[in-house]
Amino acid sequence: MGDLAWILISALLVNNFVLTLFLGLCPFFGVTSRVSTAVRLGLANLFVLLLTALCAWFLNRFVLGEAPYLRLIAFIVVIASLVQIVEMAIKKWSPVLFRQLGIYLPLITTNCAILGLAIFQTNRGYGFWQGMAFAVGAGLGLTLALVLMASIRERLDVADVPAVARGTGIVLIIAACLSLAFMGFAGLGSSL
Amino acid sequence: MTTAHAHPSPAASAPGSGTPSWRLLTILSLSGALAGGLIVSAYRATLPPIEAHRAARVEAAIREVLKLPARWDTLYLDRGALTKRLPDGANPKAVERVFLGFDSNGNPVGAAITAGRPGFADIINLIFGLDPTSGTLLGMKVLTSKETPGLGDKIYRDSGFVRQFRGAVAPLKGVKDVSGRSQSEVAVITGATISSRTVIRIINEATARWQPLLQAYRAKATP
Amino acid sequence: MAAAPAASLEDLTRGLWRENPVLVQMLGLCPTLAVTNSVANGIAMGVATLFVLLGSNVLVASLRTVIPKEVRITSYILIIATFVTTADFTLEALVPRIHAALGPFVALIVVNCIILGRAEAFASRVSVRRAALDAIGMGTGFTMVLLMMSGVREVLGSGTLLGMALFGGRFEPWVIMVLPPGGFLTLGIFLLLLAWRAERRQRVQEA
Repeated sequence: MGDLAWILISALLVNNFVLTLFLGLCPFFGVTSRVSTAVRLGLANLFVLLLTALCAWFLNRFVLGEAPYLRLIAFIVVIASLVQIVEMAIKKWSPVLFRQLGIYLPLITTNCAILGLAIFQTNRGYGFWQGMAFAVGAGLGLTLALVLMASIRERLDVADVPAVARGTGIVLIIAACLSLAFMGFAGLGSSL
Repeated sequence: MTTAHAHPSPAASAPGSGTPSWRLLTILSLSGALAGGLIVSAYRATLPPIEAHRAARVEAAIREVLKLPARWDTLYLDRGALTKRLPDGANPKAVERVFLGFDSNGNPVGAAITAGRPGFADIINLIFGLDPTSGTLLGMKVLTSKETPGLGDKIYRDSGFVRQFRGAVAPLKGVKDVSGRSQSEVAVITGATISSRTVIRIINEATARWQPLLQAYRAKATP
Repeated sequence: MAAAPAASLEDLTRGLWRENPVLVQMLGLCPTLAVTNSVANGIAMGVATLFVLLGSNVLVASLRTVIPKEVRITSYILIIATFVTTADFTLEALVPRIHAALGPFVALIVVNCIILGRAEAFASRVSVRRAALDAIGMGTGFTMVLLMMSGVREVLGSGTLLGMALFGGRFEPWVIMVLPPGGFLTLGIFLLLLAWRAERRQRVQEA
C-alpha cells in the first residue's frame, strides 16, 4: 500500500508532471488564463490519463511482449484514438463543455504528459494498480499546476506587469517560482 | 498556439461525402503495415551495436565490483535454484541471473548482483559484489539513476559514499554519522537521504534474496 | 519563375528566427526545457528532431495527394512515429550514454507540436522541395534555441561545457540552473530579452 501511496504522491507533488518533469507544458502555457477552463481541461486530461494507463498496461502485458519495438507507434495510435473517442463522447453528452474546451480537446493527443505517462509506466514496469495510482497522481498534479497558474494569471490581468514581460515571459518566470516552490516537497513520503 | 490544428472528426463526416470508408481503411492499414515494416528493419539493423553496448557495460561493471576477477560464470535462476545452464525454453532476456567471479587460481571471489527499485526521481539500478559466505560487500556501482543533479546524484558522484560499501557487511544500516562500532553502518548523504537509503535498501533486499541461493549453489558444487 | 529562388530562401530561413518554433511559435517547449541541462543532450535532441522533422515533412509532402483528408492526422502520426522510433534506435546504437540521459524525451519527439504542426500547416500543401527546406529551417532554429538554453544552463549550473570543466575548482556551480526552475527561468529571460529588443526597435522606429 505504501508503494501505491508513494507513486501517487510522487506524481502529484514531489515529481509533479508539469513543474518537475516538464510534461504537459502546452496546456500549461496556453490554457491557463481562466481558472474555470483550467479545471475543466485538467480533469479532461485526468480522464484521458486514466484510460491511457489502462491501455498501456494492457498493451504491455498482452500485446507488446514479443515486439517491444512497436511500443511507441502502438501507444501513440491508441492515444490518438482514445482522445478522438473522448472528444465524441463529450460532444454528445455535454455540448457546453465541448464548446468551452474547443480546440484544446483534440490537442490532448499532443500533450506530452499522456504519452509521457505511458512511457514512464512502461520503463518502471508498473502493474495495473500502480499504473492507475500513477495516472491519478499525474492527472491531479497536472490539474493542480494548471489551476495554480490560472489563478495567478487572473490576478496578473489587473497587475502592473512590465511591458516586456507581458505574455509568455512573465508566465515562465512565475512557472520558475512555482517549480522552485514544489521542490520543497522533496522530503515528502520518505517514510512510506 | 499560433498554428491552427484543424483536427478532423472522421466519424462525423457525412457518409457519401469525401473518400469511401473502405479506401480510408485500406490506406490506413497499408500505412500501418509499412510503418511496422520500417520499424522492424531499423530495429534489426541497430540491434547488434545496442546489444554490444549493453554487454560491454555489464562486463565493465562486473569487473569493477568484483575487483578484476579472472573470469566469471553466469548463473541463471531456474525454479528457485541457481544453475549454470540456461533453463530450456526460457526467454534468455527474461531469466534472472547473477555472476560468480573467480580469481586466477580458480577460487570464487564473490558474486556480482544487479538490482533496482524506485528512488526519489526514477528507478535506481545498481550492481554490487557480494561474498556469499560472509555477507561482505566487495563494491557497489550505480548503473542507472535519474536522481536530482547536485543532490541525489551524489550516490554515484561522491566517491566517499561509493567507497564505504567496500568491506561493509550486509544487512546494511544507514546512519547519519558512522560510529565505527559496526561493519554494517553506512553514512547516508545529507540532502540526499531518500536516494542513499534506496541504495541501501536495494542492496539489503538483493542480498537477502540471493545469498541463500548462492550458498545453496556453493554447497551443491562442492560435494 | 524568378519568385522560386526567393521563396526557397524564405522557406529555409523562416524557421531560423522570424518564425522560430520555440521563441515565436511557442511550440516544442517540453524538450526545450527538459533536455537543455547539458549541451551534449541539447545537440543530440536537436539533431534527432531535425532528422524526424525532415523525414516527416518530405514524406508528408510526397504523399499529400494520396493521403485522404479524413485520416491525414492519423497518417502523419504514423509517419512521425516511424521516424522517431528509428531515431531512438539509432541514438541508442551510436551514443548510448546520451540516449540514456535523454530518456523518454526521444520518444516524446513524436508529440512535439513542431513536427505535427509543420506537417499540417505547411508540408501537406507544398512541394517536397519547399517542405524539405522548411524542415531544415525549423529544425535548425529549434536546435539553435536548444544550444542557447543548454549553453547557459550547463555553464552556470555545472560549470562545464560539453563535459569539460571551464572554471577552476573554486567555482560553486549554480545548481538550480540544471534543475527544473532553472529551465523555466532561462527561457523566460530569453523571451524577456527578445521582447525588450523588439520594444526598443519599435521605439527607435517611432522616434
